[in-house]
Amino acid sequence: MRDNQDQIAVSGAPSPALDDTPARLRFRDDAPFESPIAPLADFLAGGNFAAVRIEPGEDARELVPHFDRLKLVEIAFPKFRDGRGYSSAAVLRQAGFTGEIRAAGDVLVDQIGFMRRVGFDSFAPNKPLDPKVVKATLDRYPYVYMKAADGKVPVWALRHG
Amino acid sequence: MYRYDQYDQAIVDARVAEFKDQVGRRLRNEITEDQFKPLRLMNGLYLQLHAYMLRVAIPYGTLSGTQMRMLAHIARTYDRDYGHFTTRQNIQYNWIKLEQFSDLLDDLSKVEMHAFQTSGNCIRNISSDQFAGAAADEIADPRPYAELLRQWSTLHPEFSFLPRKFKIAVIASDSDRAAIQLHDIGLQLYRNAAGMPGFRVYVGGGMGRTPIIGKVVREFIPVGQFLSYSEAILRVYNRHGRRDNIYKARIKILVTELGIEEFTRQVEAEWATLEPLGLDAPQAEYDRIIAQFADPAYEIGAPDTIDLSDPDFKLWVDQNVHAHKQPGYAITTISLKPKSGIPGDASSAQMDVIADLAEKYAHDEIRVTHSQNLVLAHVRKADLYAVWQVLAAADLATPNLDLVTDIIACPGMDYCTLANARSIPIAQKIAAKFENSISEQRDIGELKIKVSGCINGCGHHHAGHIGILGVDKKGEEAYQLLLGGSGAEDASLAKILGPGFDENGIVDAVDKLIAFYRSARSAPTERFLDTYRRLGAAPFKEAVYA
Repeated sequence: MRDNQDQIAVSGAPSPALDDTPARLRFRDDAPFESPIAPLADFLAGGNFAAVRIEPGEDARELVPHFDRLKLVEIAFPKFRDGRGYSSAAVLRQAGFTGEIRAAGDVLVDQIGFMRRVGFDSFAPNKPLDPKVVKATLDRYPYVYMKAADGKVPVWALRHG
Repeated sequence: MYRYDQYDQAIVDARVAEFKDQVGRRLRNEITEDQFKPLRLMNGLYLQLHAYMLRVAIPYGTLSGTQMRMLAHIARTYDRDYGHFTTRQNIQYNWIKLEQFSDLLDDLSKVEMHAFQTSGNCIRNISSDQFAGAAADEIADPRPYAELLRQWSTLHPEFSFLPRKFKIAVIASDSDRAAIQLHDIGLQLYRNAAGMPGFRVYVGGGMGRTPIIGKVVREFIPVGQFLSYSEAILRVYNRHGRRDNIYKARIKILVTELGIEEFTRQVEAEWATLEPLGLDAPQAEYDRIIAQFADPAYEIGAPDTIDLSDPDFKLWVDQNVHAHKQPGYAITTISLKPKSGIPGDASSAQMDVIADLAEKYAHDEIRVTHSQNLVLAHVRKADLYAVWQVLAAADLATPNLDLVTDIIACPGMDYCTLANARSIPIAQKIAAKFENSISEQRDIGELKIKVSGCINGCGHHHAGHIGILGVDKKGEEAYQLLLGGSGAEDASLAKILGPGFDENGIVDAVDKLIAFYRSARSAPTERFLDTYRRLGAAPFKEAVYA
């Protein structure tokens, strides 16, 4: 069963927001995983959790030994200006994590292009995002200059492909 | 110089479209001013005392005649007919109207220009040596590496919400004309004992309220890996830089608090995870970019002598012209510090004159210097007289490079919301004491006076041989006096000499300092800075305060 709070991506485009909040954007084909999300300390203490929440300032690398039992990492953005969560996601993807990485909190539409690139594949913004603006934002750039976790080919590779 | 290909242009066009969309959503109140602010800052748009200020990026300070002519057009069309060249080799316009902004961005993008990342907590415009490609002492042109950094840092998804702004400078000679040790990252290209090119990497330098000289985080990183190494430094900074206090958020504070050994250990550990990911551009991309900075088509056998029979011309050649690596050519600096002028300002007419000269005589290249002057880097010696005559007619031939009237000044309280005091009038009053006698200025010799209107230090007062810092003293403008700074390869931080002054007091104090220096120097060739370093602060203090 899919949670109808989620907006499932269809061909990369999110479906319209539903009335339930918090509205979510999800860019994965697997079924959403809904179970208690543990704070990092509880998770590391050995509780039987498959989802964990990382606050700014917490070290995402501590999760690396536990990827096999993790389905979801929720990365908190208490303030949109605090960019530590971008590195947390990048660190997880670079270490090989393939589960869901969700940006939660003060997540704004003008950030989600960057967030998709560093490896976030779901979003739980405090305020619902306008799906039209989301789509326009994610479709904006035809090329990227540098490699990131999304696997897009940087222009230096296109130039010499 | 570098020219955009279809990819560069497509990214710039998309960025312009994105910002227009963001402005539209702000005007429709779909996003708050608080949310809009970082978006507009990352597009170079500040709200200042009187109007919006726009800072246009001039990557590593290099631009063509066509681009300079567009800057003139923007000054004429959207501003009050002038622009202000900055200490980051960019240009600022002070009177921009938001409703005209999208037309302005369209105009810029027509000539491969934009205003991205000239502000905000992101990687800023990369700066470099204004003599790059022409200096006899460089091992290679540093600008291809600055261009690689520009591309790597443009819209970097992980590093667009850093704790604070981040500034990188690149040079390729032992003479440091870009103040690399006062940057968040300073890169010096050199060849190691095996003849391999690579960078010495300084990190954690900076001015502002906590001035610090950068430390070496790595003695040698091969050129082919410097982007992934930069990514490692930024990764450590983004994760661990302080975010609890805006005044402690620059990387210099992190480096200081961790110590350079621990900081280095963390960067190396991060790099060990990043280096295998293939983040570095391939050699073919290096070659493509380096080819675009190839030497211009020099005239072989161009006359290597200059007719100096006109004494005014000779003065300008002696002061503002530097040796070029190519026989028969010279590097000329155009002073933007004329009598009664505002440091770094140029009118649209002056910009047009410079664009014409660049196209006609200088292989279509202009450079902006961090001391707010301009450079024509490749001029035939045989053309110098013609160039000088045109410059002189446009009030652009003041022969005062590196002299007492070649003052760096931030916009100060005349424009800036952060300022505590005015900077421009102080620079003008000091210059007024000396500007009528070039021979007196030349007798005083190299003297770098730098004026900031507040503790943020945009006027580089920490790096001034004489630094002046405007402060607010119980509602009155006051000025602190600092001595002994240098932003060059002998980098040092200026120290406060004693109690501050009012506006007239600081001008008199500078006068006394110079008079004392002239009486105390060991030889006419000993610079003010060297006399200060030799004698220490005490006699200078006595000369000012006794």
